[in-house]
Amino acid sequence: MSYFAMSKLVLKSAVTKPVTTRYPFEPRRALAGSRGTLVFTRDHCVFCTVCAKRCPTGALAVNRTQKKWSIDRLLCITCGVCVEVCPKKSLVLVPAHATPTVTKDRQAF
Amino acid sequence: MPRTIIPFGPQHPVLPEPVHLDLVVEDEKVVEARPSIGFVHRGLEKLVEKKDFNEFVYIAERICGICSFIHGQTYCQAIEAIMNVTVPRRALYLRTVWGELSRLHSHLLWLGLMADAIGFESLFMHSWRVRERVLNVIESTTGGRVIFGTCKVGGVRRDVTPEALAHMMSEVDRIEHEAREITEVFLNDRTVKQRLCGVGVLSRDTAYELGCVGPTLRASGVAQDMRQLGYAAFGELEFKPVTRTEGDAHARCAVRCEEIFQSADLIRQALAKLPEGDIAVNVAGNPNGEYMARTEQPRGEVVYCVKATGAKNLQRFRVRTPTFANLPALVKLLQGCELADVPVLVLTIDPCISCTER
Repeated sequence: MSYFAMSKLVLKSAVTKPVTTRYPFEPRRALAGSRGTLVFTRDHCVFCTVCAKRCPTGALAVNRTQKKWSIDRLLCITCGVCVEVCPKKSLVLVPAHATPTVTKDRQAF
Repeated sequence: MPRTIIPFGPQHPVLPEPVHLDLVVEDEKVVEARPSIGFVHRGLEKLVEKKDFNEFVYIAERICGICSFIHGQTYCQAIEAIMNVTVPRRALYLRTVWGELSRLHSHLLWLGLMADAIGFESLFMHSWRVRERVLNVIESTTGGRVIFGTCKVGGVRRDVTPEALAHMMSEVDRIEHEAREITEVFLNDRTVKQRLCGVGVLSRDTAYELGCVGPTLRASGVAQDMRQLGYAAFGELEFKPVTRTEGDAHARCAVRCEEIFQSADLIRQALAKLPEGDIAVNVAGNPNGEYMARTEQPRGEVVYCVKATGAKNLQRFRVRTPTFANLPALVKLLQGCELADVPVLVLTIDPCISCTER
């Protein structure tokens, strides 16, 4: 039994910088490899609808005739299935997280 | 002495998730505890009839926010066994590594909650500081912090680069070093010991008879660990189940402390042996058959029963989670304890209510 088991840890913390960051003044740095936000590039897309068919939550909708691609950000779980199946590589997951969604409407491109 | 019923939960500072206990007390002694669950039931088992069996991995992972990866892994193992899929060895090793990382962060989370329950706030913060390091490793290798999303039927969805492997190795060493400073306090500090030693003793026979699993069972001296079945890459790695014989709250804490180092060791072994090759195989067709998969969650044994009939949707899916198996032990532990010890005892079984209610 020890009375001073915690002392070493406490002394160490007293002389080192805080581990926590001053969010939101200091924004969080996204880690490379993180699945943050799904980004769509219209230029390469051929509207083949594969991403919409394979999306496990049904967050994506593609209209081939109107050439419209849309996403419901509240349904998207950033699993990355659409990125894997996209034949034209027009979808990519970037590490930085998007700003919170405040409305329920779909984002269309 | 007249008996009084004191309601405990579903909202209580010590409970991260809702469970309700009716505590029948005589003065300050608990005579009986009657649990009631069902506050966070989401009907996930029923969803199996609506979702494609490949897509259901994402739902299986969301059964629990802490042991998410192992849920997905167990589901995949069951489907792979039904469909006779041979998973590439590299995928099995990566599953092992991620499974052990999830055990590391779960145990560090629990240690923090325990410190919080006994009023040791600074120790709570320090435990979660180390956990943050584990979460960063998980995020950089899988892309998610608590929902990994990397397991799929037939393998894994992400590979690890050699640089990421080296980074993981050095981080595991650092995590182990920092965790040792914290577990030192849990194992030896006088305050912690006075609060936990001799509280809620569960004898070896009682623990076995009540069907306890995981650290709750191992703290009572039964060396039962589902990883000994050798699923994923555990058959090729060396480890021995961590056991204690005291069976009290401190023993359950000590088992989890030692399992942190066991997990770190297993990760190092798996990364050192990581074979080259593919990370997934193509799975064609639909499953037809029935299988029961068992794996070791941070909280104990989880049993998955999957029944498929050759369609893309499964017919039946059933999960027996570790907390559900440990609830009878909790009721037994609470009989005759002091009212002030109830929060600590509830925490010692590491209750995961979302798992239990699915």
